[in-house]
Amino acid sequence: MANPGSGSDIVPVDSSHGPQASAGTAVIAADAFENPGLPPHQQRVTDLDPKVDRRNERGVSLIFYLSIVFSIAAIAAYFAVPIVEDDPASVRLNNLFLGLAIAGALLSIGVGTVHWSKALMANHESVEARHPTRGSEATRARAVEVFDLADKESGFGRRALLRNSLIGALVAVPLPAIFLFRDLAPKSNDPAGMLAHTMWKEGTRLARDPYGTPIKASEVTLGSVFHVIPEDLEEAEHKLEEKAKAAVLLMRLKPEDLNVSAGRETWNYDGIVAYSKICTHVGCPVALYEQQTHHLLCPCHQSQFDIKNEAAVIFGPAKRPLPQLPITVDSEGYLVAQSDFHEPVGPSYWERRGDYDV
Amino acid sequence: MTGAVSSYIDERTSISGFVKLMGRKVFPDHWSFMLGEVALWCFVIILVTGTFLTFFFQASMAEVVYEGSYTPLKGLEMSAAMASTLDISFDVRGGLLVRQIHHWAALLFIASIMLHMARVFFTGAFRKPRELNWVIGFVMWILAMGEGFTGYSLPDDLLSGNGLRIIDGLIKGIPVVGTWISYLLFGGEFPGTQIIGRLYTLHILLLPALLVALVGLHMVFLIVHKHTQFPGPGRTNDNVVGYPILPVYGAKMGGTFFIVFGVIVAIAALFAINPIWNYGPYDPSPVSAGTQPDWYIGFADGALRLVPPGWEFVLFDTWTVSMNILAPIIAITIWIVAVMFYPFIEQWITGDRREHHLADRPRNVPTRTAIGVAGIVYYGAMFVAASSDLIATHFKMSMENVIHILQFTLIAGPFIAYFITKRICLALQKKDRELVLHGYESGRIVRLPGGEFIEVHQPLDEYERWRLVDFNDYKPLMVRPNSRGQINPLERVRAGLSRWFFEDRIAPVTAGELARAHDGHDSGSTHANELATAGQGVGGPPHTNP
Ligand code: HEM
Ligand code: FES
Repeated sequence: MANPGSGSDIVPVDSSHGPQASAGTAVIAADAFENPGLPPHQQRVTDLDPKVDRRNERGVSLIFYLSIVFSIAAIAAYFAVPIVEDDPASVRLNNLFLGLAIAGALLSIGVGTVHWSKALMANHESVEARHPTRGSEATRARAVEVFDLADKESGFGRRALLRNSLIGALVAVPLPAIFLFRDLAPKSNDPAGMLAHTMWKEGTRLARDPYGTPIKASEVTLGSVFHVIPEDLEEAEHKLEEKAKAAVLLMRLKPEDLNVSAGRETWNYDGIVAYSKICTHVGCPVALYEQQTHHLLCPCHQSQFDIKNEAAVIFGPAKRPLPQLPITVDSEGYLVAQSDFHEPVGPSYWERRGDYDV
Repeated sequence: MTGAVSSYIDERTSISGFVKLMGRKVFPDHWSFMLGEVALWCFVIILVTGTFLTFFFQASMAEVVYEGSYTPLKGLEMSAAMASTLDISFDVRGGLLVRQIHHWAALLFIASIMLHMARVFFTGAFRKPRELNWVIGFVMWILAMGEGFTGYSLPDDLLSGNGLRIIDGLIKGIPVVGTWISYLLFGGEFPGTQIIGRLYTLHILLLPALLVALVGLHMVFLIVHKHTQFPGPGRTNDNVVGYPILPVYGAKMGGTFFIVFGVIVAIAALFAINPIWNYGPYDPSPVSAGTQPDWYIGFADGALRLVPPGWEFVLFDTWTVSMNILAPIIAITIWIVAVMFYPFIEQWITGDRREHHLADRPRNVPTRTAIGVAGIVYYGAMFVAASSDLIATHFKMSMENVIHILQFTLIAGPFIAYFITKRICLALQKKDRELVLHGYESGRIVRLPGGEFIEVHQPLDEYERWRLVDFNDYKPLMVRPNSRGQINPLERVRAGLSRWFFEDRIAPVTAGELARAHDGHDSGSTHANELATAGQGVGGPPHTNP
């Protein structure tokens, strides 16, 4: 036994649940306690005192009547607290009164019923025997027999050619369905190619999101930040899809604060830099800019990008820096793109190559 | 009159047989057995309110100009889905209430499923013959989260669109097929004009149909197996003690339905949920900080946040492998697979193939209980990580520190939780032993003839005692050579696991021990406090596995 010195015998439990039911390593002490059986039934006050019984009965029926009152109140609330156009407060009141009345009606039924069952319904515990879940030996034998008969009568086991050709046909028949699903998406066979381009091109003006008004370089003061879309976004055929790739953040830093790598010297305009707003983790808009540190924060999983260092990742699950949009100004002083991004924006995908570097 | 009606029905349906079979079926009573019932009633409430919503909702991403009653958004372009959800909220009387009932019921539905699952786990109610029902229940939990996510996406507001954006990014991170799956799912590039309609079909047709079928199957198995019961006087592995469906149990169940419904309606009347009018229609550009997904998605969102920087690489300069997406998916999958198949794993370790209808008290199976708490801590670390930004601002910590603490919790937390839980279980078992052997402290102090003061201990009556001693004791498995004198390596692994599972165990008090404790007064107590360790004192005849 578990307790040294108890000295009692310990034996494996025998399996009482059919031939396959091993007890594993279960053990039982030979001098274990015996189940004492059900304790004597305790009577409730409602069983003993007819007055209490009647009081409870009246109480419960009162609760049920209350439910009816609540239901009527709900209908009354529907008319008495209408929704008034342009008045959100009326919606709140409608919701409140209608809701509370319906809740009252439902809760009354619930509470009344549960109380009835606990205080007034017969409360003798009953005992029901359990039986092993497996069928009796006779039933199991009959089931086996049925399958054998089915096999014999159909020849399923014997006629191998017939059976195997049927299995083959059943495997083949769902295949067309897979092809039908191809048309869930349009005909283009190059989704990865579509991901690699946005609508930015040489000369596209940077415009304010969502108004579409172009931005002059002189308007971008030190420390300011602009949410930017391409000026011609409104004319795009798939506006949201284009915006989901083309959204850009524009900031102005002191030129000496920017660490510019070789090949990107001309991508900023006098300290004004434009970076994709689409997080390189799973694509949320990287919308939070800390002016003191020049860090961009993605609100979804807290990736942080350092604008001073070409939006390199300083923390969080994102791996790649935000792609930079090369910009300059046009003859009227408006900021324009020099070209599209030099690499795909947004989340990574399998076909994304590693050689997009400039 | 009722006689005539029931006779009419019976003559056409044979229903009397069903009533005879079911009507007096006995159900045991325990508050924790209500959790599954709450889940069931939430589902019913969701079906009813969801059907009402379908009468008004338009699952279309066609651009419309909003002309409804909510002034701040008037004249704005948005999808028909968003506009119709606003109409449900502001132009249908009671529409907002039904939306909020639907949403609150969804939140409570998944919460009650998980609590129910925890109850089943910690009481061992998943053991034979209920393993398959455990798997069915677990699949329902996953489907329910699918329902929740698809439903959350339907209004096509800023937050739900952002959620879909994250899903799109996740799918794109799947090696080889990800780009294509995303392309097909969204019907082109994200967001496209298809996704809401497709999610709608899943949300109101496919997933509910699967759920209804599985709920039905779950109930059928429940009836076939009959409910488990906690050990107690008169309760054995071969009976059920409780109340018959008709009338008592049925009345309680019906009453519970109305109470759950009433509580949810009251919550929906008092507390706003998902006020899409504050968020506005979906636009890929803006997002606000501190927004949270529905709670049950939190663990997945948190898992994404816990990935250390830089976990992405490019193979042969040609293919991008996003471990920052795959690692969380793998971490979650491990948890899901482990939980789903736990009944089979435990059965393999214990080798116990008997039917078990008596629920375990969690303390009496310390290793399982400790594993369960470890699993909760693992899930919990991911869940809490979903609020890492709120924690950082609230406790004035740096984001980095919060993430590092949670990463530590994810990896080390389960082990610590395992260890502590196991010790607590063993301590509770020891307390039970003490109670059985020496009774309650009565609080009554008497003075012995010799002058010393002692507190009188009140012995347990036989019914109370039985609750504390009726549980299974196992000894660790010993590896034995088979008939050819070899030891199967798998059997060796199994013996190792069995040792781990059962090495620290405390056996139930036996009648003999109690008698001896009374004879020698306190002599037994020091022994009783000692842990039984592997093999110690386990004599008995050798046990063979078939
Ligand atoms: C377990 C199952 C279900 C869950 C967890 C669930 C959850 C949700 C959630 C969270 C929403 C968002 C509500 C909001 O706008 O705040 C929603 C919307 C919706 N659900 Fe369900 N739902 C379920 C089943 C159903 C069923 C069976 C139907 C229809 C028969 C349905 C119909 C709808 C409709 C029409 C909407 C869009 C309207 C709206 O957003 O207000 N749902 N669902
Ligand atoms: S999407 Fe930006 S960190 Fe995840």
